[in-house]
Amino acid sequence: MENVYLAIPLAPLFGAIVAGLFGKQIGRAGAHTVTILGVAVSFVLSLVVLKQFAVDGADPYNASVYTWMVSDGVRFEIGFLIDNLTALMITVVSFVSLMVHIYTIGYMHDDPGYQRFFSYIALFTFSMLMLVMSNNFLQLFFGWEAVGLVSYLLIGFWYKRPTAIYANLKAFLVNRVGDFGFLLGIGAIYMAFNSMDYATVFAAAPAMESASFEIFSGVEWSLLTVICIFLFIGAMGKSAQVPLHVWLPDSMEGPTPISALIHAATMVTAGIFMVARMSPLFELSETALSFVLVIGAITALFMGLLGVVQNDIKRVIAYSTLSQLGYMTVALGASAYAAGIFHLMTHAFFKALLFLAAGSVIIAMHHDQDIRNMGGLRKYMPITWFTSLIGSLALIGTPFFSGFYSKDTIIEAVHHSHLAGAGIAYWAVLIGVFITALYSFRMYFLVFHGKPRMDEHTREHLRETPWVVTVPLILLAIPSVLSGYLIDPVVFGDWFNGVLHVAPGHDVLGVIGEHYHGPLSFVLHALAGPAVYLAGAGVATAWYIYMKNPAIADNIAQRFRGLYTLLVNKYYADDFNEAVFAGGARNVGRLLWRVGDALIIDGLIVNGSARVVGWVASVVRQVQSGYLYHYAFSMIIGLLLLLFWFVFIAQRVGA
Amino acid sequence: MNIALSEFAPLSTEIFVLTMACIILIIDVFVSDERRIISYVLSLATLLAAALISWNMLDNETAVVLNGTFVSDPMAALLKTSIFLITFGVFMYSRAYLVTRGIFRGEYYVLGLFAVLGMMVLVSAHNLLTIYLGLELLSLSLYALVAFNRDSAQASEAAMKYFVLGALASGMLLYGISMLYGATGSLDIAEITAALSASDEMGMIHIFALCFIVVGLAFKFGAVPFHMWVPDVYHGAPTPVTLFIGSAPKIAAFAMALRLLEQTLGGLAADWQDMLTILAVLSLAIGNVIAIAQTNIKRMLAYSTISHVGFLILGLIAANAEGYSAAMFYAITYALTATGGFGMIILLSRSGFEADQLDDFKGLNERSPWFALMMLILMFSMAGVPPTVGFYAKLSVLQAIIHVDMVWLAVVAVFFSIIGAFYYIRVVKLMYFDEPETEEPLHVSTDLQIVMSLNSLAVLGLGVFPGALLAVCAAVLVA
Repeated sequence: MENVYLAIPLAPLFGAIVAGLFGKQIGRAGAHTVTILGVAVSFVLSLVVLKQFAVDGADPYNASVYTWMVSDGVRFEIGFLIDNLTALMITVVSFVSLMVHIYTIGYMHDDPGYQRFFSYIALFTFSMLMLVMSNNFLQLFFGWEAVGLVSYLLIGFWYKRPTAIYANLKAFLVNRVGDFGFLLGIGAIYMAFNSMDYATVFAAAPAMESASFEIFSGVEWSLLTVICIFLFIGAMGKSAQVPLHVWLPDSMEGPTPISALIHAATMVTAGIFMVARMSPLFELSETALSFVLVIGAITALFMGLLGVVQNDIKRVIAYSTLSQLGYMTVALGASAYAAGIFHLMTHAFFKALLFLAAGSVIIAMHHDQDIRNMGGLRKYMPITWFTSLIGSLALIGTPFFSGFYSKDTIIEAVHHSHLAGAGIAYWAVLIGVFITALYSFRMYFLVFHGKPRMDEHTREHLRETPWVVTVPLILLAIPSVLSGYLIDPVVFGDWFNGVLHVAPGHDVLGVIGEHYHGPLSFVLHALAGPAVYLAGAGVATAWYIYMKNPAIADNIAQRFRGLYTLLVNKYYADDFNEAVFAGGARNVGRLLWRVGDALIIDGLIVNGSARVVGWVASVVRQVQSGYLYHYAFSMIIGLLLLLFWFVFIAQRVGA
Repeated sequence: MNIALSEFAPLSTEIFVLTMACIILIIDVFVSDERRIISYVLSLATLLAAALISWNMLDNETAVVLNGTFVSDPMAALLKTSIFLITFGVFMYSRAYLVTRGIFRGEYYVLGLFAVLGMMVLVSAHNLLTIYLGLELLSLSLYALVAFNRDSAQASEAAMKYFVLGALASGMLLYGISMLYGATGSLDIAEITAALSASDEMGMIHIFALCFIVVGLAFKFGAVPFHMWVPDVYHGAPTPVTLFIGSAPKIAAFAMALRLLEQTLGGLAADWQDMLTILAVLSLAIGNVIAIAQTNIKRMLAYSTISHVGFLILGLIAANAEGYSAAMFYAITYALTATGGFGMIILLSRSGFEADQLDDFKGLNERSPWFALMMLILMFSMAGVPPTVGFYAKLSVLQAIIHVDMVWLAVVAVFFSIIGAFYYIRVVKLMYFDEPETEEPLHVSTDLQIVMSLNSLAVLGLGVFPGALLAVCAAVLVA
């Protein structure tokens, strides 16, 4: 089996290398063929692995395949931990990636960077697979950084656009903040456990529950709480939780397939995956869990609100992604890891679908992304329309669609949680349901219904996009509906037994599971709760405001001018960061640069030492005169010095 | 002095190479210039076959034959195999260069094979005279090779310098050997060791002998202050010859050092450790600093060799199995990396254009991304950047000297490596960030492309999977 596991990440890597280094030689068709084949191999093998775990009940595989080095007894390795969680993740990642690869043929059709793009996305697939298959923290970190790097490259894919450069720089910097926390967390683990291996660390963790250490003298910190919060700061960066969320909306500057693959379906969920993987650690610290819960709740509610005032089609979906990531985080905080991962999976399908559908709309609209210029596209693009409708229904949690099962489980789980902050979180996710329905259907109505508002020229050319675009939409629409029915085994069954660790006192899913009697009764049970009605109200509101009585939207904006300005300016988070962090850093930097760098380091140390080295070099090379007798002379001198030193000075003789 | 026929079995590789060299010499006289390729192919086949023979001897028992003058042990088998493989690469690199310059003659390969024979004798020597014999066979072949392009004044000058200085160094080595003979009454390595350990105090004659022998060794290595020939010879010789001098003989020099210092003069370890420390520090300092001031890449690599020799000597200074195996690993991998570095100069050159200036590497990435990447790997390996093999070579040497509590020496080595990293990375900067000076496309023959790619990828591959070679280096010393 080891070869199969190895082939899963290496096949896309091979595609990436070939398309990247030999792009010119193999041409466009060659580039997309080799990368798609690579990812397809991964997908098929992932299915094989999934089948082994799902049907044959295989035992988890945990072994290293390559030892990089052993330093002071700590092994730095590349290894695989394959269990039910990994099997699920690799299947989702490779499936979405495959769909995006195919879709890209259509979307990037006229782009001069065609081969480069395929090389990047295949490289991304490799990195993401390495991340989720890892059995140790070092490899996790490498995968983590590698997906970050590819994300950076792809946000700035159109590197001649100033906005794209700004966006990728921003993503990079914000992620540095998160990664710094993550690295501190890994460092703390290394310090505490003297190992990088998951299994070793998890086995030793319970003994450390009451361990504490001092960062500042006199203040005792619980070791595991510090570790978990540092790790979670990493997740906050990658999974764009408040306040490190600011990079994700800007990342929409990248091509749309990237928004779907990296910034919605896979990479941003790496944080969620990581926390779930670390559940044996997080379960030991209620403080950390509460922290996770509250951050998630804030993200889920407040980021959703921003989606209501956006006019760029991709940005609406981006804020929706933020909000949904908040839901997953809330699930983690409530110890409902299975529900978080389940929502991760269903969300990957319907959010990728929504993004790709948006991309399809963008192609038809000649790269105009403003939803105020759209309208009535339903007639022109029936497949895109219908799949978008499915995606939106799944997103808002309509009964019988996948999103309903995953999201409702989360809401129920939070309801049953007794952690500090669970009460607030419950209300946040509940109101979030209404907001989600409002922005989703605002966008849906503005794009697909009502009067066409685009100019004549664009409208004449409106037509359904080619099959390479629509086929992935259809293929993604299927799991967007059906994957909800996996709730049986995944959330309430024994799929994650022995993989995700939940302390007995936190087992909210177990409590819900006692009243669970199949998907149908789950719907009936939900009808007794408020969530479904809130979603319905959201849709109705969207319909009334944006279809029935459009004047009311402006009216509300006028009436609540303060709130509206706050939302349009995204709570001034960007301005705050720019003024305080960026500005402050620039000022500190300027000061350090003038005094420390320009004067001391550059002036004295670097240029000074470089000058000294250069001077020494130019002087000493004079010795290399080219004259034979000089050379012979230096040899004799060398010999004499050796003799003199060892015979007379060192006085070893006779000793 | 009766010698049984079976005693020749451990010499089978030597006998084979000698026979083949003679055969090629004779054949080469009779083939016309158009069919010179026959000598070339035969030489390659010889090396490959010899590599197979010696690789198969890796597990053989240690055997001392021919009245104690010749030893066949696993270390010799490993080092010989490496010498064959690296020389194989050297020959492949050389063909295109020699052909385009009209000097594709049999002498190059025949002299090369005799030099290889000299290295083999050196590696397997068990008697001070055998060592001298091997050294002279190697050196004389190399002198002739340097002057091989008879019409080049530069090459003749380099050959003359090399010859005169080499003779001086040989004289010193021989003088040291004679003193040792005077002190112990023997030339046999085992007998000298026994004699040295029997006498409880070391006289002045021992120190004198040691000094002269270390000087002879240092010259062969090119360690400061006996390095003066290195830049001039590297610069003046035709690039294929530079390539040859700069690679495999370093392995032979390592073997010579081990035979002389560890196996013969182990009793004087405290003294030669101090001497080598001086040589190593000076080599690291002078080699790395002066390399920065070079504009000619052959000279730059010459100074780089000096600094690498400093590193290699560090491993010997540790004077234990860990240090020797680290030094052996360093010697083999450095020879491999240096082959690639000089090979790249050959690859970029064409008739009438030597490509030996640093500026000739400008913008290589635009002209050929693949070979720019290959050069990047080589430069990173020389600088010691993971995951290339150079990193592990440096790491294992540093580990060895830290384990014998010479931390200050490790600090010095790292300090100068950082200075050294500058000029390696400058090459990378020139390749990737500067505009090319010429638009001329690269015309590279297929065999050159293959050997270049394999060479660089081997440097990378050994860096990713260093375990096997490290283990072999450690194992042959224990055996």
